[in-house]
Amino acid sequence: MKKNLKYNAIWLAIAVVGYVLIYALEMVGVIDQFGETTLVLIGINIILATSLNLVIGFAGQFSLGHAGFMALGAYSSALVTQAIPTVGGFLIGLLVGIIVSGIVALVVGIPTLRLNGDYLAIATMGAAEIIRIILNNLKITNGPAGLYNIPMLANWGTVYVLVVITTLIIVNFVHSRNGRAVMSVREDEIAAESIGINTTKYKIIAFVLGAAIASIGGALHANYIQTINPTDFGIMESINILIIVVLGGIGSITGTFVAAFVLGLLDMVLQNFGTLRMVLYSLALILIMVFKPSGLLGTWEFSVRRLFTHKKAKGDA
Amino acid sequence: MKGKKFFAMLGAVAATGLLLAGCSGSGSAAGGGNKQSGNTIKIGGNFELSGSAAAYGQAMQRGTKLAIKQINKDGGVKVGNKKLKLELVQKDNKSDNSQVASVASNLTTQSKVVATVGPITSGADLAALPNQTKAKVPFITPGGTQDALTVQKNGKVQPYIFRSCFEDSYQGKALAKYVYNNMKLKKVAILADKSTDYGQGLTKAFKKEFKGQVVQTEYYQAGDKDFQALLTKMKGKNFDAIFVPGYYSEAGLIVKQARQMGITQPILGADGFADPKLVKIAGKENATNIYYTTHFDAKANNNAKAAAYMALYKKTYHEQAGTFDALAYDATYMIKQAIEDQKSADSTKIATGLANLKNFKGVTGTITMDKKHNPQKQVIISKVEEGKEVSATAVK
Amino acid sequence: MQTVLQQLVNGLSLGSIYALLALGYTMVYGIIKLINFAHGDIYMLGAFWGYYVIHQWHFSFWPALLSAMVFCALAGVIIEYLAYRPLRNSPRIAALITAIGVSFLLENGMSYLFSSNVRSFPQVMDVKSYNLFGIKVSNIQVLILVVSIVLMILLQLIIRRTKMGKAMRAVSVDPDAAQLIGINIDRTISFTFALGSALAGAAGVMIGLYYNSIDPLMGMTPGIKAFVAAVLGGIGLIPGAALGGFVIGILETATQALGFSAFKDAVVYVVLIIILLVRPAGILGKNIKEKV
Repeated sequence: MKKNLKYNAIWLAIAVVGYVLIYALEMVGVIDQFGETTLVLIGINIILATSLNLVIGFAGQFSLGHAGFMALGAYSSALVTQAIPTVGGFLIGLLVGIIVSGIVALVVGIPTLRLNGDYLAIATMGAAEIIRIILNNLKITNGPAGLYNIPMLANWGTVYVLVVITTLIIVNFVHSRNGRAVMSVREDEIAAESIGINTTKYKIIAFVLGAAIASIGGALHANYIQTINPTDFGIMESINILIIVVLGGIGSITGTFVAAFVLGLLDMVLQNFGTLRMVLYSLALILIMVFKPSGLLGTWEFSVRRLFTHKKAKGDA
Repeated sequence: MKGKKFFAMLGAVAATGLLLAGCSGSGSAAGGGNKQSGNTIKIGGNFELSGSAAAYGQAMQRGTKLAIKQINKDGGVKVGNKKLKLELVQKDNKSDNSQVASVASNLTTQSKVVATVGPITSGADLAALPNQTKAKVPFITPGGTQDALTVQKNGKVQPYIFRSCFEDSYQGKALAKYVYNNMKLKKVAILADKSTDYGQGLTKAFKKEFKGQVVQTEYYQAGDKDFQALLTKMKGKNFDAIFVPGYYSEAGLIVKQARQMGITQPILGADGFADPKLVKIAGKENATNIYYTTHFDAKANNNAKAAAYMALYKKTYHEQAGTFDALAYDATYMIKQAIEDQKSADSTKIATGLANLKNFKGVTGTITMDKKHNPQKQVIISKVEEGKEVSATAVK
Repeated sequence: MQTVLQQLVNGLSLGSIYALLALGYTMVYGIIKLINFAHGDIYMLGAFWGYYVIHQWHFSFWPALLSAMVFCALAGVIIEYLAYRPLRNSPRIAALITAIGVSFLLENGMSYLFSSNVRSFPQVMDVKSYNLFGIKVSNIQVLILVVSIVLMILLQLIIRRTKMGKAMRAVSVDPDAAQLIGINIDRTISFTFALGSALAGAAGVMIGLYYNSIDPLMGMTPGIKAFVAAVLGGIGLIPGAALGGFVIGILETATQALGFSAFKDAVVYVVLIIILLVRPAGILGKNIKEKV
């Protein structure tokens, strides 16, 4: 336990250094408004993709409905912050989003997580579409026009802090007893069951946690872009999140970070290519997958602990 | 025990982090937007060139490009006593709101444009708005028709967004009045696009203003191709006309399928109908007894500019001009007018110029900007018979 | 009563389109367990090919249909060779992402080359409406239904009666064992893609003619619907795909007829989820017990 705390502390130190660095770069003027927007979008994508990686990579459950939970977070936060446009309101909105999205994930997850592989994928995709269509028809969500004039309560700092927090939660969860149970379900469901692991329970835990974190990503999206409408959360958005996860390497949090950065920067550059933009993007996607089918980093994970033990081993030698 | 410590630490991080985050917001420099410099004036293009709205975004791109080419051919924009050329910096936002925001900040802070044309849909405009406002660079949308677009929450006008198109309530009202007063129709059925705010806004405005009876409201989604089920259902009902608030891609199919099914009542639409592709998709023999509101028309009020534009467009792109390209063309010329009125191409000056635009003679009519940055211009009601426009009436 | 029957006809003609597309999905899935996201875009390619040959070379309907089938079969084989074959032994999700990439490439490549504008499809056939006991049926609706059914029967014959069909079935059950008894797996998979894509090409031309509107993104929504249809019927099963297609077509029509048009897609997904919960492998799918 002590050890875990130590490594968590080291990670926090790294995070603080990163924060100060970005802050300094922004003060000096290296990062301007455009750089900030790019960073924020990357950060939001990291939150969404790491939470999906928890479901797909660690629990082995193929979900294609992540955008639905993102939508719930975005709408909850938008509605609350429109009523209470303060930082407190944002936190309440965040909490409401997490609760709503967690409950919906529970309702969706309990029956559907019995399904296997592609059947689960299509069931979750269907669930997300149902959420979107309901949002498109409700009065409180203002139908297809969506919500606008949402107060800007998220800046790059908020996003950064939430990226750090959600990543810490996910990584610590994966390394906990529960996390190991979740991974055993991924490796072999029948074997896990035979040693007394309640597989359904652990699948649902991972699914609900993933959904709750996705809602945080949605809330940040709503409060940064300041407008949301149901088309923002369609099947394409779920696919975009999935692409980040697979491109980075399924089951690698480091990979998700790298992929989110690579795709974010790619998006930034490709803006200049007009109609050709998506052609280049799709070619890049196909080529990466054909030459690196396991993703950019595979299942490799950057680890402070390994770095330390490695050094020690070297020192001994 | 273990969990407790971890979460205590997490709480501490969150607290300090949010505190820090609170401070960092105040770093933005107080300035006056982008200044014009050098021998060209940079105009931005926040275009939907790929993705679901690409058909409309590409039309906007063609209109803007044509306007800039024409302005430069005529010598450029007169600023004080110098004549400067326009330069278009265009970026693709792939019809995605996050990318719209990103492109808006890219254009305003990296490319330092002094004004922007686009994006085309209301949702995208709302996503571009914060970054344009932060940079104090005005933008004109050729297609964002949502009423609330130009108004802040407290009712004040948004200072940096303008449109060259009608707002939903303006043409929805005009159409409702025309149908009741001029066409003398009392019972209307509505078949609305449920997936866009355009369909929603028009339906709302029409229902509010129409004095007759709306007997039935049905919905479709953009991208649908089969409307037989809905039309079969409507066919049995008693109504005098069908109002279709939506774009030509679907409306063309609705017209075709309705006529083939034997529904002969008039079909009404808004400026989303105003594209030659409507008739092409519906087929000439089906495109009959159709009325829609539009901006520009060579027949009505002797608009020579519209006729000239249509000829120029046809010569350049070898196809007929539509509404979105014409509105983008006007948007670009509105920027030019604003620069010449203010004798400066600084972004904040352009915003002032656009807000004070009066009697601007454009392709889509004579435009005066009202207090809420909505263009006041005539609504024209076009009537189509057998694929040909047979009459055009200007209404107030 | 008449309206109900008329709606049934509407539902069947819509369903036959989904069914035709679902067949391709299901065949590819059955043989290499890949959700071929690009299938809907092959259908778009077929429609554009039909547009081109009728417009430029003045083909009549049947040559246009057949040439589109050949063209799409070729396209399907090339896509499989370039994009999917290198990934055959990789994680399935990687192949799925590649399929999504191919789908993006086809959609955006076509809008780059031909612009994203909606085009009207040349009308090579005059529309005639027949009145049968007060129900309106157009000649194109009949054509779509008949061609779809003929193609489905033909497909069933190929799979049940020919050597290649036998090979396809063998590969889908156990690729390794199939290889051991001398089946050329690569060729069998290529053949499957050719068949599935040819069906999509046929659907493309018929839809183009029927709705008279084609655009580069036209494959997106029907593609996803057809995938849902394939899963609903039991993915990997040819009759299942046909059944799933018709079920979805009729379901959509019924929802609209009953006045829930705003929730059309939601109802389809609700039914899908309920069916999957009751029969986790689709309507016709057999639930295989896992062995340890």
